[in-house]
Amino acid sequence: MLERDIFAGFGGQGVLLMGQLLAQAALFEGHNVAWLPSYGPEMRGGTANCSVTISDKPVASPIIEHPTSLIAMNAPSLDKFEQAIIPQGKLFINSSIISRKTTRDDLDAFYIPCTEIAVELGQPKVANIAMLGAYVAATKCVSEESIIDALQHKLGERKKHLIPVNREALRKGAEAAGMVMK
Amino acid sequence: MTTKQLMKGCEAIAEAALRGGCRYFFGYPITPQNDIPEYMSARLPEIGGVFLQAESEIAASNMVYGAAGAGARVMTSSSSPGISLKQEGISTIAGAELPCVIVNVMRGGPGIGGIQASQGDYFQSVKGGGHGDYKLIVFGPDSVQEAIDIVYGAFDIADKYRTPVMILADGLIGQMMEPVTMPEFKSDEEIKVEKPWAATGWHEGCGRPRAIINSLYIEDEALEALHERLQARYRIIEQNEVRYEYYNIEDAEVILIAYGTISRVCRSAIDELAEEGIKVGMVRPITLWPFPSQAVLDAVAQPSVKKALAVEISAGQMVEDARLAVNGLKEVAFLGYPGSKIATVEEIIAKVKALREE
Amino acid sequence: MTKVFARTKGLIDVPNHYCPGCGHGIVHRLVAEVLEEMDLLDHTVGVAPVGCAVFAYNYFNCDMYEAAHGRAPAVATGAKRVFPNNCVFTYQGDGDLASIGTAEIVHAAHRGEKITTIFINNAIYGMTGGQMAPTTLVGQRTTTSPKGRDKDLCGEPIRMAELLATIEGSAYIERTAVNNNANIIKTKKAIRKAFETQMERKGFSMVEVLSTCPTNWGKSPIEAMQWLEDEMIPYYPLGVFKEV
Repeated sequence: MLERDIFAGFGGQGVLLMGQLLAQAALFEGHNVAWLPSYGPEMRGGTANCSVTISDKPVASPIIEHPTSLIAMNAPSLDKFEQAIIPQGKLFINSSIISRKTTRDDLDAFYIPCTEIAVELGQPKVANIAMLGAYVAATKCVSEESIIDALQHKLGERKKHLIPVNREALRKGAEAAGMVMK
Repeated sequence: MTTKQLMKGCEAIAEAALRGGCRYFFGYPITPQNDIPEYMSARLPEIGGVFLQAESEIAASNMVYGAAGAGARVMTSSSSPGISLKQEGISTIAGAELPCVIVNVMRGGPGIGGIQASQGDYFQSVKGGGHGDYKLIVFGPDSVQEAIDIVYGAFDIADKYRTPVMILADGLIGQMMEPVTMPEFKSDEEIKVEKPWAATGWHEGCGRPRAIINSLYIEDEALEALHERLQARYRIIEQNEVRYEYYNIEDAEVILIAYGTISRVCRSAIDELAEEGIKVGMVRPITLWPFPSQAVLDAVAQPSVKKALAVEISAGQMVEDARLAVNGLKEVAFLGYPGSKIATVEEIIAKVKALREE
Repeated sequence: MTKVFARTKGLIDVPNHYCPGCGHGIVHRLVAEVLEEMDLLDHTVGVAPVGCAVFAYNYFNCDMYEAAHGRAPAVATGAKRVFPNNCVFTYQGDGDLASIGTAEIVHAAHRGEKITTIFINNAIYGMTGGQMAPTTLVGQRTTTSPKGRDKDLCGEPIRMAELLATIEGSAYIERTAVNNNANIIKTKKAIRKAFETQMERKGFSMVEVLSTCPTNWGKSPIEAMQWLEDEMIPYYPLGVFKEV
């Protein structure tokens, strides 16, 4: 298995965290991982992104030129990375704030209304987790439980009460992607 | 479930330093190494050490000199422009024959440059940096785990040779998160090294001569004696401390030479080329000084090898040492960019193919 | 026969390199006597500067460092943080402390670093051959102000004691002089007070000592003492500027 994903959006949308949760979940499942935050010129545009590589072999280059999946949380991120996705790759678009569709016809594209899902759950902060739910359901590269484990690891005991709403967000995101998460 | 933990390079370096015996840290904020002092400021007091944010990199490096002269296991970290400022202290520490560990999480230069990853400080690190004839032992890790392993042992090496040791990491190593295994804390016995030369407080009959921590050798004979000591020590280090890794060098047509993060891009290129049936290998220097010249020569001298290619995140610095090692036996080509651009897997593959066809 | 005078144990019995009439020898002895009298010598670490006192490590009979130009307070910080119970002092001239090392001395004071600084102000760079210092008086001729210091060109001399006294971390700041016996006795008292301040962990302490440089001033030792009195003290008033 080899997942090479780019998570991109505005600073504050939790894109770095999405990548970290995925990397941690994949590590819990025994895979090799590397997480690389946006670094250098792309930070100037006010966008943040991170690259996550998940592999059964040791990760060689952690730099991702052609992602297997792009998770675009805002329009500039979609514009920037859309053409770099591998053929037959996956594209996750935050349809709450990105109005356009993909211009490519060789991708599996998923349009996820992250903000609406989060607002519906009464916790606007979990928009990124809804998107992660869609991603996990569509790629099946890690299990929902591993993401929950990763969340628990990240949140610690003090914020344990936030797990249920995050679990709901994962599921709603998965549903929006047309996948039912088990 | 694995016992590995996901850690960011800078924080992993800091924690590994503590476990390797670091008890004093003097630094100054600069991107992209800020996670190191931030981490140290929280952790060092927990283990009975001292973290101090200095007023400048110049002061920080001189505080390191002060603490190293007192016999402490001490470290500083910075990024390229800050390392330039630290050179006064580094040269002083080398001249005074003191041990310490310096981490440079490289960013692009010259001047203030940028904050993106770079390997533009190779010359500065391995050829001196500050004034005078001296060397640092310089490591160029290619992963967070390797950075941990190197930093963990760096204080032992620094103490053994009474020399500054530098970890030359690029910004990617500093910012990347990878699964790592953190070594155990070294015991107090393990990190307690006899330092009878240290300035700890002295009185007649205390069992050692009065300590003078100094890099001033005003008499010609004294300066010559220093250099004889240093050079003799450097020859021993060259014999003992060279580290490198070979990757797929057997029957290779082209040998890549790369260190740090870019060596991993090379590894991806080598794997893809292998799928096409093109045999390419790599020599990855782990110590940049002492440079693994013999290992480079041995790999490139193989009859199967047509050419070598050095790949760097710079305009071409390490390539000069590679060419010195190969000494004209075969061509050592170069691929790399200074500034914000990093050679891609495709570019490396294209360059290798072009070299084969030349 | 009763012994009425003995060399202090704080100084090593070697000839020093200072010029006739230079104040460094006097201040060295005062520092050494104080360290001996306070029974501090066996846990004192000194830091020598770059400047005329560069070889101070050959004279003070305790563990010593030689620091890069201006960095003695940073070096002392490192030494003190490793051994907080040691007595750590820097011995610095005006080029070292008031020019290239202003950041280090200001921030040592700012941190309330528990060290003592002995600052020799002789209004000139001695070791490098009589160049203008930040402390050089307006009109004073030096090798880099051959027509006398021009305040429009390079400002007016800096008063370090007053400056450092404004910093919260400073616990004891005094300016003295060594141009006559009375002032020398006052200087010794100030040095003692400064070391006491350090050992009581009150904060940073400094004694600025107005001193003579007959060689680079182009004066005889006696003329130099008089010049210090007539020209320096009016601009650099003696006294305690901070005491907590």
